[in-house]
Amino acid sequence: MSEAAQERSARNAGGSSGAKVGTFLAKQGILIAFVLFMVSFALASERFLDPDNILGVIRSSAILGVMALGVTFVVISGNLDLSVGSLMSFSTIVVLDLHDTLGPALAILAMFGMTLAIGAVIGFLVGYLRLNSLIVTLGMLSAIHGLTLTWSGGQNMDIADKAGTWFAVFGQGRALGIPMPILMFALLAAVLGIVLAKTPFGRKVYAVGGNGTAATFSGIRRARTVFTCYLISAFCVATAGLIQASRSMGSQNTVGQGMELEVLAAVILGGASLMGGSGTIFKTVIGVLILGFIQNGLLLIGLQFYVQFVVTWIIIILAVWLDIAAKRGRLLSPIA
Amino acid sequence: MTRPALRLENIVKTFPGVRALDGVSFEVLPGEVHALMGENGAGKSTLMKVLGGIHQPNEGRILVGEEPAVMANPLEAKAKGIVFIHQELSLAEELSVAENIYLGELPRKSFGRVDWATLYARTDEILKKLKVGFDARTMVGTLSIANQQMVEIARALTVDAKAVIFDEPTASLTDSEKVVLFEVIDDLKKDGVGIIYISHRMEEIFKITDRISVLRDGEYRGTLVTKETTEDDVTQLMIGRSLDLSRNHEHAEVGDVALEVRGLSCGDLYRDISFEIRRGEVVGFYGLVGAGRTEIAETLFGLRAPSAGQILLDGEEVHLGSPVDAIARGISLVPEDRKGQGLVLGMNCRDNMTLPQVGDLTAGPFVSDGAEIAIFDQYRDKLDIRTPGWRQTVGNLSGGNQQKIVIGKWLSMHPTLLIVDEPTRGIDVGSKSEIHKLIRQLASQGYAVMVISSEMPEVLHVSDRIVAMYHGELIRTFTSDEVTEDSLIQAISGIRTDGGDKAA
Ligand SMILES: Nc1ncnc2c1ncn2[C@@H]1O[C@H](COP(=O)(O)OP(=O)(O)OP(=O)(O)O)[C@@H](O)[C@H]1O
Ligand SMILES: [Mg+2]
Repeated sequence: MSEAAQERSARNAGGSSGAKVGTFLAKQGILIAFVLFMVSFALASERFLDPDNILGVIRSSAILGVMALGVTFVVISGNLDLSVGSLMSFSTIVVLDLHDTLGPALAILAMFGMTLAIGAVIGFLVGYLRLNSLIVTLGMLSAIHGLTLTWSGGQNMDIADKAGTWFAVFGQGRALGIPMPILMFALLAAVLGIVLAKTPFGRKVYAVGGNGTAATFSGIRRARTVFTCYLISAFCVATAGLIQASRSMGSQNTVGQGMELEVLAAVILGGASLMGGSGTIFKTVIGVLILGFIQNGLLLIGLQFYVQFVVTWIIIILAVWLDIAAKRGRLLSPIA
Repeated sequence: MTRPALRLENIVKTFPGVRALDGVSFEVLPGEVHALMGENGAGKSTLMKVLGGIHQPNEGRILVGEEPAVMANPLEAKAKGIVFIHQELSLAEELSVAENIYLGELPRKSFGRVDWATLYARTDEILKKLKVGFDARTMVGTLSIANQQMVEIARALTVDAKAVIFDEPTASLTDSEKVVLFEVIDDLKKDGVGIIYISHRMEEIFKITDRISVLRDGEYRGTLVTKETTEDDVTQLMIGRSLDLSRNHEHAEVGDVALEVRGLSCGDLYRDISFEIRRGEVVGFYGLVGAGRTEIAETLFGLRAPSAGQILLDGEEVHLGSPVDAIARGISLVPEDRKGQGLVLGMNCRDNMTLPQVGDLTAGPFVSDGAEIAIFDQYRDKLDIRTPGWRQTVGNLSGGNQQKIVIGKWLSMHPTLLIVDEPTRGIDVGSKSEIHKLIRQLASQGYAVMVISSEMPEVLHVSDRIVAMYHGELIRTFTSDEVTEDSLIQAISGIRTDGGDKAA
């Protein structure tokens, strides 16, 4: 009896509880790492937990965050969107350029229209023609960049009369004492979070990403669902472009360059799977904040700017690893 | 007495909210075929996954020969001579048959290069034993489900096995493939390998097994010697009651023609098919895998455009361009492949069940939780679906319970025409008879039902009329009073005994 019991407990220690720790880590690893980072940053720099600093981090994360909301839809539907950075540059340049000729209201309207049109093209190619989203959006990344340069003639864009317009309100204004970018991020997150979690459309997005064939067999219009996800993504990008333009009132052609990967990282960090079918808006917001705080923390502890890149990406790769590990149910592949 | 090839002792395995195994012991002797039976969700697959190193038990131990063994992962189990042929296929579709069979142990030449010649030669040798119609180089993705199953079985023959676990291997095999499988099992048996055989099909169990162990709700209920027992005894042990397995002799009141198909063709898949199904009628489609029955169903569900012919619903010609059209016309299809076509495995039970109608279950712009749960509860009770709750991920349900979710999903649409393709694949005897009862009941409520099945007892049991198909052609339509097993077998082999009533 005692022998059997001994063996049982030995097995428990070696086998099942080990697996349990593994799955727990796989599920909570990001949060644990986040808490560790926060604590060590707070110890390393007293400014880190300062309310102004925290608000600052959230504000500067807002643009990335708004874009990540849209990409969350695309990723859950089982696709990628690598064109968001490039598209954000486009919206920023366009709205700044049109501002002086059309006035702020019309410029914003025209910019949203054009950005959505580009989103519709991508949605058509990926949704209806069933082209690989990685290829399509990678191609669009370059194509849109070309479009932006053509539009601007390679010049930076500036609003001429910065004092005489209300355009700055989106980037620099406050409402109820809260910076507008944060407010817009929060509002959009709330609305899109509800759309994804509570509406039939949201359910269809999960179904299409989880198993496209089964979704089709259930009478879901797969192409239309994917198309709509890209439209939502374009809408978010346009909003991000608006905040960016309004914050700086002038911009280079390359303002969004490289953001597509950071956006994707935030979405994956939040726990959405690149395979599609899982993720939530709430988790994406967490992912965005984690990324923002890590970058800010590294800055505050005085890490060199370029080293920050390396550390940030190490964290991102860690996140993707955890994502896959959670899928496998263990941290290391059994066939390693 | 011979020593068991392996033994499981007092195995306990829990999942969140589920005690899947509650102190189960089980053994298999060398050269014995030991059946493991039980209702859907009884814990059969889980017990075997513990043995195969996929799950770690919370309590209990495994003995291989005399030695206690820990199976930390599937490779360790395989190294100890335990081969597991899964209920759900687990092949790499993008790889060839040979690569799949030897995955992880490809023969090598110098510098770690794969020795393709040896690989293909060895594989073809095994395939020859299995008498299959494809070779080592075929891409697995291009094979039918049945053939993929044969690839899984081929895997078992590559190692020096002590025990081979077959988890519902025949669920998607044709009769001739089954014969081959049973020969393979016989060979393994002669070599002194212990075979664990999981199936819900009594005929097979009684044909090939030596002993039968029964699980119920995660508990061990007993072991019977096959020769000394009866189907009824096993059923009693499994579900605590007997079943009526007779042929259908009651007919519901037949109403208007719900579906009429005229001269329907689709390339080579099926040709010049004409039949009708009336309200209140169950029409069974019997034939071998590949006879074109599934393809007809897909056409009727808007998934496959016909090349000629007409489809009439309630006397009106319709063009079904997509499942959306078909669903709008009151057609439901329970598809053949539950994992690929029927379910979103990562989604919970409720969301899967309500998926086709989620757009209608709304309160304002939002999905109504209450309406969804009501539907789920109704069909969980009706179909006796075993799950800790609607939040459970469908992928975590047992195979049979997954199938019930798919059936519930399409019944809850209240279709005029219900098409079910292999509806009871992987479903236990008790639930099977429940589902058959349900199909009869639906007919009596005025539904038109089309049942595609490769199981003759099933077709005989539920149908008012039976359509026999062979190689894309409708050979003959039988009424349930005139049909005999022999005439049906002849018809699906392409022999026209009575050409008189080709058109139904
Ligand atoms: N990974 C898992 N997570 C949670 N629950 C699980 C998991 N795997 C199995 N279960 C539960 O354990 C129970 C036993 O499942 P199992 O697959 O062993 O049944 P089974 O006897 O093989 O049934 P079937 O005849 O339908 O294949 C079921 O209630 C099932 O829902
Ligand atoms: Mg099973």
